[in-house]
Amino acid sequence: MNQHRIVAALRAVLPERCVLHREEDTRPYECDGLTLYRQLPMVVVLPEEEQQVAQVLQLCHAHEVPVVARGAGTGLSGSALPHVNGVLLSMAKFNRILKVDPQARTATVQPGVRNLAISEAAAAYGLYYAPDPSSQIACTIGGNVAENSGGVHCLKYGLTVHNVLRVRALTITGESVDFGSTALDSPGLDLLAIVIGSEGMLAVTTEVTVRLVPLPQLARCIMASFAEVTDACHAVAALIAAGIIPAGLEMLDQAASRLVEPYAHAGYDLDAAAVLLCESDGTPEEVEAEIEHMTTVLRASHATRVQVSRDEAERLRFWAGRKNAFPAAGRAAPAYYCMDGTIPRRHLAQMLLAIQGMERKYALQCPNVFHAGDGNLHPLILFDDSDPDSVARAEAFGAEILEQTVQMGGTISGEHGIGVEKLDQMCAQFDRPTLDAFMAIKHAFDPSGLLNPGKVVPTLHRCGEYGKRRAGAETARFPDLPRF
Amino acid sequence: MDHALAALTERIRAAADTRESLRIRAGGSKDFYGNTPHGTPLDPRAVRGIVSYEPTELALAVRCGTPLAEVEALLDSRQQMLAFEPPHFGETATIGGCIASGLAGPRRASAGYAYGGVRDFVLGARLLDGRAQLLSFGGMVMKNVAGYDAARLLAGSLGVLGVIVEVSLKVVPRHAVETTLRFELDESAALRQLNAWGGQPLPISASVWRDNSLLLRLSGSAAAVAAASARLGGARGDEDAVGSVWRALREQSDAFFAGDTPLWRISVPPTAAPLELGAAQLIEWGGALRWLRSQAPAASIRARAQQLGGHATLFRGGDRSGSVFTPLGSGLLAIQRRLRTQFDPLSLFDCGRLYPELSRADNAR
Repeated sequence: MNQHRIVAALRAVLPERCVLHREEDTRPYECDGLTLYRQLPMVVVLPEEEQQVAQVLQLCHAHEVPVVARGAGTGLSGSALPHVNGVLLSMAKFNRILKVDPQARTATVQPGVRNLAISEAAAAYGLYYAPDPSSQIACTIGGNVAENSGGVHCLKYGLTVHNVLRVRALTITGESVDFGSTALDSPGLDLLAIVIGSEGMLAVTTEVTVRLVPLPQLARCIMASFAEVTDACHAVAALIAAGIIPAGLEMLDQAASRLVEPYAHAGYDLDAAAVLLCESDGTPEEVEAEIEHMTTVLRASHATRVQVSRDEAERLRFWAGRKNAFPAAGRAAPAYYCMDGTIPRRHLAQMLLAIQGMERKYALQCPNVFHAGDGNLHPLILFDDSDPDSVARAEAFGAEILEQTVQMGGTISGEHGIGVEKLDQMCAQFDRPTLDAFMAIKHAFDPSGLLNPGKVVPTLHRCGEYGKRRAGAETARFPDLPRF
Repeated sequence: MDHALAALTERIRAAADTRESLRIRAGGSKDFYGNTPHGTPLDPRAVRGIVSYEPTELALAVRCGTPLAEVEALLDSRQQMLAFEPPHFGETATIGGCIASGLAGPRRASAGYAYGGVRDFVLGARLLDGRAQLLSFGGMVMKNVAGYDAARLLAGSLGVLGVIVEVSLKVVPRHAVETTLRFELDESAALRQLNAWGGQPLPISASVWRDNSLLLRLSGSAAAVAAASARLGGARGDEDAVGSVWRALREQSDAFFAGDTPLWRISVPPTAAPLELGAAQLIEWGGALRWLRSQAPAASIRARAQQLGGHATLFRGGDRSGSVFTPLGSGLLAIQRRLRTQFDPLSLFDCGRLYPELSRADNAR
């Protein structure tokens, strides 16, 4: 269906202000947080009521037009990259908190509500929504559901999948289905578990009920320095072995500390090879006992300096550096490429050494910040996006990190999603029958294949091409320059 | 592929050739659960053993036929546990059956890091589907968004998608201290109190109410449990005796569960009003799980559960001929049918235990 006809059809079901098709209006939607990939959509719609979303979907289904749903566009893997012949469905206008129920400890919200806004609304009742992705001031709960977002506290409090009770969604035929409920389980197969993290490929979220948890009375953070990266990695294992589940457990290597310190003034030890941030939260009695326990373990693990936050201001200052790592990287180089693999924790030190080797191989810097507690790495490859050679080296660098991740028994994405960015590496992580099973799941929800097509699951052909390139990579250094 | 797995694969292939219907059954400890299944029993217990366990990774990979008791003993030796405190319902229980039934015990609604049901702790799984293909979902790490989270889908699937031959689970540290408090409260007051406590930072790991008596289990560090006990008051029981109370609750060996009267499992929002169905009742999970002993017609029990925002399962006893679980709406049923068909196009594993209607033709498209 051409643009003219689809716009006319959409205008029949939506007010004019809700349909954008001129290039100057659709340009802002050409990419999400992963700006390496851009594509103008044929048309953008911004419906205001659920019934309108259903009508848009019915119309697209009838005319076989692909639909890509979008929240705040903060995603980092290109999941919300528009389809060239498709409708970009923005859920931004669904931004109302429908209900906060302090007795049941739930909040029911529209998908365009920002993550942080939920906690702000719940704070009056001494409650909050636990998953806290770094983008929480901007990202929406609909996007969090699509990506199964994590955050710095998920070791103790879980991911989106552990904190969402119910998702109401529309199928591609415009039918409303409730996945999950405010009870703790539902009859039949647990489809909610699969809808969360499905990157908008199974259904379009129209309402979300989240679980709220009591705000901890107190949180304190330990900042520990280590002379060797391996010591810091062993300290992480030692904390877990001691039966401690820290509320947050984050690591910055020296390059990352030096990158963020001038920017955030967090007080990081710039001589340390690695800095570990280790947080305890709970009742004052709990925190006091846990901080003491953590301190003992960290010292026994050869921490060269251990500093415990004395008050809330200091705790926030410790975190300021970690939370500002991405903007700091943006300041240090024309562009950065953030990776997101997760590996078993015991391989952390080995992975950091491997990345150091790759820095030399690709002649690019790569500071590392990561969720040490759950082995989720965020290497930040610094490159120059105006230099095609630098871009190509950055991508090859990233691909090598991801492949190393798979070899170590990890996963290519801990929390940012696959989108279009990691399609090739899916071929490395999963065999064909499993990839076909993902396709089969997609088909069960969306037999027409119109919801966010081409994302997450690579085709047989694509994996074949990827395999050939990897075989060739042994001889040619950057065999795939035109891939951007 | 080792011998046991190869033999299982071969058995499924043979069944496919002859269109033989299979009923996955390991130790049979949960034979009572679900609709009466049909088909030839398929025992996967030869596929067994711990694949990997690294306490500092908080992750365990284990093959389906491994006895649940063996898994728990291993974790216990390293001061760790399965957070969801699964019922065994007999010494023959396997980890495969534990995952396939998806049943969690008293700790399901715990505060803190142990919160969650079976699926919340599933990290990965290997499945032999209806084409005898070995599929590998998820992995050993707790943050993993590569591909759909299909491993979690297998928790509670009752085998309709295939044989879960291996599962990896997130495990958690055993709490340092546990104590039980007793309060005398009627049903409404207990529900109100449980929900009020749920909104406060208290280390409550389990609760059970019956006969105007509420037991509360606190779990955590010594400091946290002592502070909460002091704050909550209540009577403290003899620790050994109450330990067996929680075990009896988990295993349903408690007197409440004895006898032949149908046992209903009613899952509702924790704040749901009292059921008022005029039958013996036991309440767990801070109000979210209500067990009922009742001969009343299924329709009236289901209607009340749905009115309260939940669903009712005929858990044990009664008529198991096809409607043990609350019927699905048309939208959910259509998706579940297509999913089942995608994983098992020949319907080898659809023994009718979950929903007999899952195998009926999908006319939606």
